[in-house]
Parts: sequence; structure tokens; C-alpha cells
Amino acid sequence: MSETKPKVRAPRVNHETKAFWDATAKGQLHVGKCDDCGEHYYYPRPLCPFCFSDKTRLALCTGKGTIYTFSVNEGREPYTIAYVTLDEGPTILTNIVECDFSKLAIGQKVKVVFYDTGAGNAVPMFTVA
Amino acid sequence: MSIKGKAYIAGIYEHPTRVALGKTLPQLHAELAKGVLADAGLSKNDVDAYYCAGDAPGMGGIDMIEYMGLKNIRQIDSTETGGSSYVLHVNHAAQAIAAGHCKVALVTLAGRPSADQKEQVQMRGGGESPPASGFEAPFRPSIVNMYAMCARRHMYEFGTTSEQLAWIKVAASHHAQYNEHALRREVVTVEDVINSPLIASPLHRYDCCVITDGGGAVLVVAPEIMKQLKRPAVKILGAGEASKHLMGGKVDLTFSGARWSGPKAFEEAGVTQKDIKYASIYDSFTITVLETLEDLGFCEVGKGGKFVSDGNLISGVGKLPFNTDGGGLCNNHPGNRGGMTKILEAVRQIRGEAHPKVQVPNCDIALAHGTGGLLGSRMGSGTVILGNQDS
Repeated sequence: MSETKPKVRAPRVNHETKAFWDATAKGQLHVGKCDDCGEHYYYPRPLCPFCFSDKTRLALCTGKGTIYTFSVNEGREPYTIAYVTLDEGPTILTNIVECDFSKLAIGQKVKVVFYDTGAGNAVPMFTVA
Repeated sequence: MSIKGKAYIAGIYEHPTRVALGKTLPQLHAELAKGVLADAGLSKNDVDAYYCAGDAPGMGGIDMIEYMGLKNIRQIDSTETGGSSYVLHVNHAAQAIAAGHCKVALVTLAGRPSADQKEQVQMRGGGESPPASGFEAPFRPSIVNMYAMCARRHMYEFGTTSEQLAWIKVAASHHAQYNEHALRREVVTVEDVINSPLIASPLHRYDCCVITDGGGAVLVVAPEIMKQLKRPAVKILGAGEASKHLMGGKVDLTFSGARWSGPKAFEEAGVTQKDIKYASIYDSFTITVLETLEDLGFCEVGKGGKFVSDGNLISGVGKLPFNTDGGGLCNNHPGNRGGMTKILEAVRQIRGEAHPKVQVPNCDIALAHGTGGLLGSRMGSGTVILGNQDS
């Protein structure tokens, strides 16, 4: 199935995640970055999941990555869920969109595309680069 | 302090229902408690510890304790790690008994997902969503597609095939044909599995477990209680538990928490993989079994596909008989939680009470493994090793 546009579900946003989601409205994808241990991490959270430091911030990503794994959900409206490894390091859960699902492969290069939720933010999905 | 030899499983009970129309959730828990006490030869007032997970109605055990009228409770544990919870409960009960806190620990699991759907029962609202949910729910993760992604990655890294995964279902179906309570008793072939509809690629319908109602219960008791009972003694030799997750984004879906819970259980039990005559392996999906077998050390990492092929898991045929009740893939996965039924069949094997067609001869040592949550991404793992009186 090609050219399938998934329905976009708005994320639950809370105090921790508001800055991340607000930036998606501007087409920006971030990961967490720890200034103590230097790790990039996902999803963003105030305390670093590697060293527990609170010297953390959002780091802007290029939006480029590689498919780590994926699965096409069959049914009336097939959609593809995937883990994509960002060029910055972390592997994130997402959807692969706007491409022929039957030609997808692990290792394929992908780039981010944002889908508006109608709730003041956008969901980062990926398509073939 | 080791639990080895400090506690026994004195009773087991599996609810015969698979679709619990007309029965409530607390009723199922109570029927299971009654059944397991009858199996052991004990009574309600002997129970001094109660263990349940998130499937139990109400708050952390206290509502079921009230409903069942238990009045001598000295230890309560509502550890919730999804389908693996009940393996952890057995471990915790053995620890509490070894420390002298209680002598007769009751563990129950019940669920009615099929009946809930047919009767359009409103699901209970949970507490606050998991912290990751905001970053996951928009992408429509399902249980199947999350496990399917593990399978895809395992295939990519190790060359595992759909045919190899299918052998796991085939083996389960060979066992299920003898279980009169099994939801699906028909024997299937590798071709049947790979020709069944794709649900979430690369997993087919027959790669997925059944959805059933009912449940199970176990009684864990102190050695002095076991001595007074007539049932065969099943000794708890060792246990391990672990939680594996996304590691802040360093995701690896090719292995499970069994890689960490397994060694702890083997070390405590003082046995090796070669000593295990029978294994109950959590089988929410075929890939769950494959990764778990590798992680528990029954074969090399990446060689699970070859290991499960050609009937190697079929009792009387292969080297490692598994899930001789038909497992979650064919028999029963009550409340979408398969850890309890894994313990029950391991106990039957040690007692020599499995179906004669699948009973492993001289089954002195057996293993049961539970998996909860999402394989690889956020999961609980519990491993327990059981033995007969002489082990």
C-alpha cells in the first residue's frame, strides 16, 4: 500500500514534555541531551536516564535517521510502525509514511516529516530519504 | 538468603473455562483459590499470605482478601509486571516463607477479556499513563506490532525465518491436541502458520497466542506444611527476575530480560540448562519463545531458529519439551497473562501429572519463565526452577 496518510493522534502533553511538543509546531525534532555525561537520550525527561544528572536540555536533531526495525499493521488501513535510529544516536518509536511499505527494509535512510494534530503541535513521522 | 529448598508448591489449579460468560472477575479469583486449596488439601483459614497482580479487582489484594473472607493474612504482595507477575510472586512467596513471615501463600490470576468484549463491559480506568506514552501512543503501537518489530530485527541480525518461528506454534499444537480444555486443539503445520493471515508483518495469526478467560492459582508453602500433605512435593530450587527496557534510546529488540533473570535462577538452583527436562516458556508470540530460549542459554544467541526447528520442542520427539499443555499459543492465555499457566504445567510435569502423551519421563527438574509487558522495550522477566523431592 502506498501513499497512505495515517490518522494523526494528538500526544498527551505534560509539564515535562511541553517544550518538546511546542517545538514540533515549528517543525523541530529534539532529543534529550545530558551536559554532565554527554549522552543523547529519548524520550526527553528532566533527569538523565544514564547518570541521573539534572543538567539536561533539549537538543535539536537533523531529522535524519535509519530504520532499526518496522512492522506493517495489516487491515483495512495498513500503517507502518518503526523504530528509527536518529543520526544523533537515540532510537525512537515512530511511523513510516508516504512510501511503498512493501519496499521498506531495515537499514534504509529516512527523514522526518511532521503531521499536524490540530492541537498546537505535530507528530514526527518518517519517510524514505 | 537463598530460597533453595525453603519452599514448595503444594497446590495448582487452572480454571477449566476459556470464555467466562456469567462469571465475574472476583468470582473467578475466588473459584481459583478454592480449587487450589482443594488440590493441596488445605483450607481457606490456612492461607496466611496473598499475592495478586493488576488483574485482580480493587486495590492491591485487599479487596480480594475481603471478598474471599481470608482472615489470617500476614503477608501481602501485589507486584505487577504484566504476564510475568506470577513467577515473581512465587519467588517473593518463597522468600517470605524462607524468612519466616508466612507458611501458606496463595497466588491467583484471573481475567475475562473475551466475556468482557461479548458483554461490552467497560474496562477499568487505570492510573496515570506510563511516562513514555506521550511519545508512543500517537504511532498506534499494538501488542502485535511491537512484538513483530522484535521478530523483524531478529530476522535481520540472525537470519531467523518465519518457518522457524512457525515450528514453535507447531510444537504447541502437537501438545494441545491432548488437552481437553485447550481452546485450539487442532494440529497445525509450518505451512498452516505461514499461510495464516499476516496481522503485523512479519507475524501471522498463528504466531499469536489465543485470547481466553479464566485463570490459575498456586499455593506456595513452607517445608513443614508440605510434609503434612499428600500431594507430590514440588521444590522451589531457584528464581530470578529482571526488567529490560529502552535504555534511554539505546534500543535492542533482539533479546529479553531472560538474559538477566535466567542466570540468577540457574545459579540459585545450582543446575545448568542440561539438567532441565522440561521448560514452560512464555509464548505470547512465537518470537517471545525464540528470544527467551536464547536468553536462557538453551542455545546460542542467534541460533534459536535452528534450535526450535524440526520438532525440537515437541515432547517425545525433541530435546527440550516445552509448553506441554499447549501453551498460550493453543491452550490458554487467561486475561492476556501467561505466566501463571507456565508455572502450572511445570508443576504437573514434576508431579508426573501431565497428559500421558506429553509427560516427560523422570521429569525431576523443570523451568518456568514469564514475560510481561513488551518484549525488548519495557518488560518484566521472571524465571523459576522447580524440582522433585529428591532434587
